[in-house]
Amino acid sequence: MIAFNKYYNHFNLLSSLLIVVSLLLLIFKGLNFGIDFKGGTLIELRASDSKINVSSLRDRFNQMDLGDVSVKKFGNDTDFLVKFENKDNKKNIIEEIKANLDKSFGNNYDFRRVENVGPKVSAELLKSGVIAISLSLALMLIYIWIRFEWQFSLGAILALFHDVIVTLGVFSLFSLEINLSIIAAVLTIVGYSMNDTVVIFDRVRENLRKYSDIKIFELTNISINETLSRTIITSATTLLALLAIYFFGGEILKGFSLAMILGVVFGTYSSIYIANTVLVRLRVSQKTVLREDDLK
Amino acid sequence: MLYFSKLRIIFISLFSVLFILIASSNLFKFDDNFFDKKINLGLDLQGGSYLLLEIDNEPVIEQKLQNLTTTIRNYFKEKNIKINNIKIDNQNIFFNVTDDDKQSVLDVFQDENSDLNPYYPRFKSHQLEIEDTGLNFKVNFSRQGLIKLKNSSQDQAIEIVRRRVDEVGTNEPNILKRGNNRILVELPGLDDPMRIKSLLGQTANLTFRFVTSDENDRFGVEKLKFENDLEEAVVSKRIIISGENLLDAQPKMDTQTNQTIVSFTLDRVGAKRFGKATSTGIGKQLAIVLDGKIISAPVVRDTIASGSGQISGGFTFQTATDLALLLRSGALPAPLEIIEERTVGPDLGQDSINAGMIALAIGFMLVIIFMFVKYKIFGLITNVTLIVNLFILLGVLTLFEATLTLPGIAGIILTVGMAVDANVLIFERIKEELKDETNNILAFDGGYTKSRTAILDANITTLLAAIILFFMGSGPVKGFAVTLGVGIFTTLFSVYFIARLFTSIYVSRNKDKEKLI
Repeated sequence: MIAFNKYYNHFNLLSSLLIVVSLLLLIFKGLNFGIDFKGGTLIELRASDSKINVSSLRDRFNQMDLGDVSVKKFGNDTDFLVKFENKDNKKNIIEEIKANLDKSFGNNYDFRRVENVGPKVSAELLKSGVIAISLSLALMLIYIWIRFEWQFSLGAILALFHDVIVTLGVFSLFSLEINLSIIAAVLTIVGYSMNDTVVIFDRVRENLRKYSDIKIFELTNISINETLSRTIITSATTLLALLAIYFFGGEILKGFSLAMILGVVFGTYSSIYIANTVLVRLRVSQKTVLREDDLK
Repeated sequence: MLYFSKLRIIFISLFSVLFILIASSNLFKFDDNFFDKKINLGLDLQGGSYLLLEIDNEPVIEQKLQNLTTTIRNYFKEKNIKINNIKIDNQNIFFNVTDDDKQSVLDVFQDENSDLNPYYPRFKSHQLEIEDTGLNFKVNFSRQGLIKLKNSSQDQAIEIVRRRVDEVGTNEPNILKRGNNRILVELPGLDDPMRIKSLLGQTANLTFRFVTSDENDRFGVEKLKFENDLEEAVVSKRIIISGENLLDAQPKMDTQTNQTIVSFTLDRVGAKRFGKATSTGIGKQLAIVLDGKIISAPVVRDTIASGSGQISGGFTFQTATDLALLLRSGALPAPLEIIEERTVGPDLGQDSINAGMIALAIGFMLVIIFMFVKYKIFGLITNVTLIVNLFILLGVLTLFEATLTLPGIAGIILTVGMAVDANVLIFERIKEELKDETNNILAFDGGYTKSRTAILDANITTLLAAIILFFMGSGPVKGFAVTLGVGIFTTLFSVYFIARLFTSIYVSRNKDKEKLI
């Protein structure tokens, strides 16, 4: 049996630190919102001429008076991602750009993807993204509140917040782009982290009913160990699937799968070191679950 | 938990085979009359354009209020009620009346059978709201009145958009209402939406009006620019004919001048008016105005009574074709703005499909190998279940003709990774049971029973997340929610019916074997 409980305090400290740092990052550095949430234009461009590279593209685009233009390589050496604000929301901007690029590069390039999100739409998307995440957290809270005692709910929700905040913190730290698929990833993380926590909690509750003489500090450790191989195997298979998406699923899914990978790692960690420690700190005992049973 | 009746086994087998068949119908071409359902590929996979258009209703409201002032004036004139100083300001109509007439004016506006101010019994609201401050009245659209107005302009606009898109002839466009002032246009397989965008960006409001030098024209005048933005002309506001009078418009080659022109045919009313105007207006310039700009202003040389004519204006064949198309399909009730556009080229779509499939294959292989190494025979059972699960998932998606997107494929891969969770929970529980239970069958039974709540909890939480995503997400993300959500149900089915069936067969044959798992 691994003595997870020996490190409860250490890891609680670490988690608090991670959350504080993440919050600071989110407040002061902020998130790198993509055009979905910020509005603007995105062009994925494939070149068939080696003359076309990041710097020549940047030169071209900067001459076009589009505001802040970012040009980046996208996967292959021949693929580029161009993003700009399109502040005035010009109507025929894509056609203008094409005409302009034709002059310097002729026919040696191809627009593979064009996205243009107006300011109204991006504001709406951001709002619905925030609502979706809040709603999912609220629903999880209600669900776990129905299924478990309040101490468990608190533990699970704290773990969820930890996972969401720290994942977003990592995205802030490395200025990774937040777009619609990241919201999808965060929601899935919420579901996964909850899943993981519930499995351990289920066991904790079962053990609480079974053993009256074991303190919660020991009992959580027993429960974690009993469910440990399941935790490892499920995380492993989920991570294998996600790694496959990350490495082979193409550039578009990179951000999404990375967010999910982070989420699974944090979710697994928090189920053990946040959710359970809350039970310990709230001094959950057999009475907690038995009283609840009586009421039912 | 381990007992299966014969009937049940037959049902499970039939069900699985059915879905495997449905899923494989995507790969093989069955007789279309027999089964023609297919998984739709999202725009991000097959390539195409997604356009979200917003109707700018301001000009419509402005126009309606303008008409309304005339109606109000005439209505009360007939009733011998004097309306003074009627004017429009900031989307409100203002007027004042004398003390004697105040109550009768209010009565007209508040009468439920009023023909001036229609009453919607269903919403318990009039079309117009009236407010009085002393003898001054303020009239504007009520909330319901505005909604009705927006709905009707959306209905008209979607019809015109559909006609224009159909005229261009893209395959299977999808044109839907969004809210009460937006229209969603999905154009699969279209990698350059430039032409459609420019066609949808034009209101195509066509009028024929005389150029005038008389500043005191009875109908008022306005200064309009020519298409080339250089010249200007003063044009009467009196409309001779408008786009509504057109029966047909076609691009043609004028054999005399060798120019591309748009020839048009007028309806009866239009032909009559056109004939009259051209007979009285010989020698005058007739401006052809499209969306507030003069295309050309030819001099009338003859009476045109035939009801047909032509527009020239330095067109290329393409611009003539587009103008003819716009005129045929009619004018939009209000300008449209493209507020969101997402276009994916077909080759990127194909690349995404390939990448998604490779990721799926590799993810699947990794999970299968892992499970086999970890659980041996039971890993094998899990893996067979996993494959059947995948087919059922695809089968369900086919049955509902769901749209598969790139994130949707990611959802399938994720389902593969998470689907083993339920089996792992069961197997691990069985292992624990076997520690103090020597009877294999009892241990397996216990494993299934005792892991049930955890499995249910785990899947419900994921399902909740998927449901929220489905309702809040758009486009590709919705595809993810669908595969993730459907995946939960197919996983539960395959774990509790298929995997359990295999397990029960294996366990009952190896009742007395030690260290079964």
